[in-house]
Order: sequence, then C-alpha cells, then structure tokens
Amino acid sequence: MTDAATLLAPPRRRRAGRGARLRAAGYGVLGIIALAVVWELYKWLGPVDGLVVGDIRVLPRTSDLAMPHVWDMVARLFEPVTRAEGARVLWLEIVLAAGLTLGIAAAGWVVGVVVGMAFALIMQRWMLAESALLPWIVLSQTVPLIAFAPLVKSWGSRIEIGAFEWQDWMSVAVIASYLAFFPVAVGALKGLQAPDRLHLELMHTYSAGWWPTMLHLRLPAAVPYLLPALRLAAANAVVGAVVAEVSTGLQGGIGRLVIQYAGQASGDPAKAWAPIFGAIALGLIAAGSVALLGLLVKDYRRTEGAS
Amino acid sequence: MTNAVTVSAVDKVFDTKKGQVVALSAVDLAVAPGEFVSLIGPSGCGKSTLLRLIADLESPSAGTVEVFGTSAHQARLDQRYGIAFQQAGLLPWRTVSANIALPLELSGSPKAEVRARVDELIALVGLGDFGDRFPDQLSGGMQQRVAIARALAKKPELLLMDEPFGALDEMTREYMQTELLRIAAETGAAVVFVTHSIPEAVYLSDRVVVMSPRPGRIAEVVPMSLGSTGSRADDLREDGSFFEMITAVREALHGGGGVTAAPRGVENR
Repeated sequence: MTDAATLLAPPRRRRAGRGARLRAAGYGVLGIIALAVVWELYKWLGPVDGLVVGDIRVLPRTSDLAMPHVWDMVARLFEPVTRAEGARVLWLEIVLAAGLTLGIAAAGWVVGVVVGMAFALIMQRWMLAESALLPWIVLSQTVPLIAFAPLVKSWGSRIEIGAFEWQDWMSVAVIASYLAFFPVAVGALKGLQAPDRLHLELMHTYSAGWWPTMLHLRLPAAVPYLLPALRLAAANAVVGAVVAEVSTGLQGGIGRLVIQYAGQASGDPAKAWAPIFGAIALGLIAAGSVALLGLLVKDYRRTEGAS
Repeated sequence: MTNAVTVSAVDKVFDTKKGQVVALSAVDLAVAPGEFVSLIGPSGCGKSTLLRLIADLESPSAGTVEVFGTSAHQARLDQRYGIAFQQAGLLPWRTVSANIALPLELSGSPKAEVRARVDELIALVGLGDFGDRFPDQLSGGMQQRVAIARALAKKPELLLMDEPFGALDEMTREYMQTELLRIAAETGAAVVFVTHSIPEAVYLSDRVVVMSPRPGRIAEVVPMSLGSTGSRADDLREDGSFFEMITAVREALHGGGGVTAAPRGVENR
C-alpha cells in the first residue's frame, strides 16, 4: 500500500532545469556503478558459504554459481544463447522477449487505464458508488496473482465469439491490467475530487452541469495526480505481465526466459541474470514512456500561486 | 425601473452539529441598477452570506431574494450577475485569455465572438500584453483583474464581489479601487461589494450597508454624499468630506455612540 500512499500525497510542482536533469542522470549512473561495486566487494570479502543463523541464510553464498562476476554477466550478453549452430546472441534474444512482454504489458496498461478512469468517474459522480466500490478495489489487490492467473487463462480459453478467438497473450494482458487499473482508479478519484470549493462554485455560477465541470475543471485538475498514477500503472503492468507469463506458461516473453534460464543456472550461472536485467529495463522503459506523456500536458501541472 | 437586487424579509439559519446558527435575520435591502452598495460589518455579521444568497450559492431559510425581478435561482441560470471572490480563483492551466473566455465558452458562444470579447475585456482591465501569460506568472493584483474581467465576460448588469481586494497590499488595493470605479462606470453595472475596510467602503460606494452580528442584520444604511462614484479619484481620499463619511460609517458600526474601539474584524485603515 505504499504505492497508494505516495499517490495520495498532494503533487508538487518541480522546475527542473537542464543542469538538474543532467545531474539526475549522473546520479542514476553513479547508483548503478555503486551497486556493481558493492556486489563485487561482497563477493570478494564475504564468506564463501554465506552466513547462516539458525536455519536461515541471512547472507548469500559468494560462489560464482550464486553471484557471478558483474563482468561475466555483461560478457554473457554478447555470447550466443546456446552452443547450437545459428543460435542468436543472448542480448538479442532478451530484447525480442522483452519486446513481446512490453507489447502485452502495454495492452494491459491501456485496458487498466480505461477501467481505472471509468471507476474513478463513477465514484466521483455518485458518492454511494465510492463507498460501495472503493473497499472492493483496494481488496482486489490482495488476491494473489499466482492463484488467479490460471483461472483467467481457463476462462479465456472458453471465449469464442464468431471469428474472434481468445489468445493466450490476452490472458496475460488481462492480468497485467488487473494490477494496472488500481493506481489509476485511486489516483484519478483523488484528482477528480481535487478542485477547490471556490472553483466548483464558480462553475456553479456559470450554471455548468456535471459534464462541462468534469471537462473544464475536474479532469484538468486531476492531471498532476494522474501522471504518477499512470507511471505506477505502467510499472505494475510490466510486473503483472511477467508474473502472468510465468504462471500461465506463455512462451516467448521475458517471464518465461527468467524461469527457463534459471533452470540452466547450474551450468551457466551468468545467463540466468540476463532476463532479470531485461525485466528491469522493461519496467524503466514503461515508466519512462509515461514520463514523456507528462511533457505533453505540462500546462496542466501549473499551480495558481502568485509569483 | 426594476431593482438590480431586492432582498425582502430574509432569514438564513445554518444547521450545524452544535445546533442552529442564525446567520441573517429579517434582512431587507434594495440595490438600484448601476448603484454601488458595500456591505460592511465585523466577522460573523453575515455579509458574505447575504452576498451568497444573492448569488444563489445559498438559499434563504425565509423571505425572498430577487435579482432583476426574477428569483435569484433563475438569475443564476441566466447568468445575470458576475462574481469575484477574495481569491482570484483562476484556473492555473489556462492562460489569462482562456480564463476570461471560460464563461463564454461554457455558454457556447462562437469562437470569433469569444476572441473579440476577450480582447475587449483585457483592454478594459488594463492587461494588454498579458493575455498569453499563465496565472502563476502574475502578481496578486493582476490575478484579481483577470478575475474581474472574467466576471464581466457575459456583460452582467450586476457584479457581486466578496472582499476581492482583501489579499492585496495597500498600494495595489487603492489602485484597484479606482480601477473598479472606472470599470463599473464604463459598464454601468450595479455592484454589491463585501468588505472589512471602512475607507474602502466609503471610497467605492453610493451607499454603505452597515451590518451587526449575532444575529446578522442590517444596522444602518449610510448614504455617501461624495458625488457620483464614476467621478471619484484618489484626491478624494484626502478630502474633508471623505473623513466625514468615514466617521459616519464608524459611528454606525459602533451603534451610533462615540465608542472609540473598533469592533473585531473591521479595519480602520
């Protein structure tokens, strides 16, 4: 629920100059380097068998099997996937799989945004709907995906309308949307309820009805709340897609590769990390694309404060 | 001639958790077309409530409120009045022009007409070069001008203002008062103006309505014999007649006696 808590905080306007943006990028790179350094330091100095307290291993093993060298993991990306003739280079395989997952996650994101917005509009329109729906929306996120994914797949496989036939990737997209709609519903509702009483009364004096008020006041006022919600939804959609690929057994996506390569880790430990990096990059790309969306609506992030 | 505003025998009672609070009791008031009337009184005297009743943002518990001969409700639907509050209340994502255009857009005026009217209003409130700015790029005084222009967008014959200059510094405030008199004279609109400040009420008004609290009622209506509001200028503030009127309003506020202490919530500056 920390995600929801961040959403509920009032948005602040930040003016980032070019220098500030460069500095942020610099810190990002620095963070990655620091992580690699910490990894290698621990691998060098840590106990070979890790640290076991009672029956629980609190620190991991430092063997090449458990923690391959950073350079080994990077180098592995540029070697072929298998020793078979004509095998693709590993990074390309990862990019292709990530591309498929990204497409599914994007479809799930779109569905999630539409559903989330619809919920928010309904809850804003009727107070009764808010008190009836909101607890269920929160509760929906506590259902474990692993349990839920095979069900969606089996329901989907029964759907066949005319020429339309349910595809397995659609089940994955539905599960991704199930995670994506939540931040949108909560964030958009908060945003739609954000306008001051003053502004609402002004609209009232213009004898503007619900829809004009929605269009000219509530929706624009919701933008600063909506942007972080959409970004969260993008990250959620990726997580949902990856997990759903695993639990529905969909081939070709990054989730499948995580499982498949983990199975080969005893022989090729560095390879197992490649799809994990792919999944991380995927999340960053998804969240970054939404940030670009924010640039299109930057005027809606202004505040009224006098200079 | 129909009055701009006719308030007859109005009571307003609010239900709160602690029981009923009488905000207004037996209020009668008439505002003629083109007349400038200020409502003044200590906090809690119901002057803002009275304004909100005229605007149909609240409805009276008893009595009637008429605006240009129709009910306040119908007058709101027909947008017979423009309104401005202490906060400018501009939409931060809209430029100055787009903010002023909002009431016109909402009533579906054709685009060319909207543009012409907005240009007219920007010139009227003296914001010539600022049409493309956003509210956060303007000073408080300029934001308030935009709010006034927006209130005038539909050429209302009645302007309702709830302490519109209350958040401005004294210099800007005096300047805005003179500007408001000019604008009111040019448009011929009647104005109902809520204020805490005695000099402000005196400078602006044809009549000052002095209210008293618990329950809110009209204590006295003081006519300002200072000449037509449109012809007033800053030198009036140093004129003897101006101070006489200030004294008259002060005495009305203190219940006619020569009490020197001001009631709470009323500024004497």
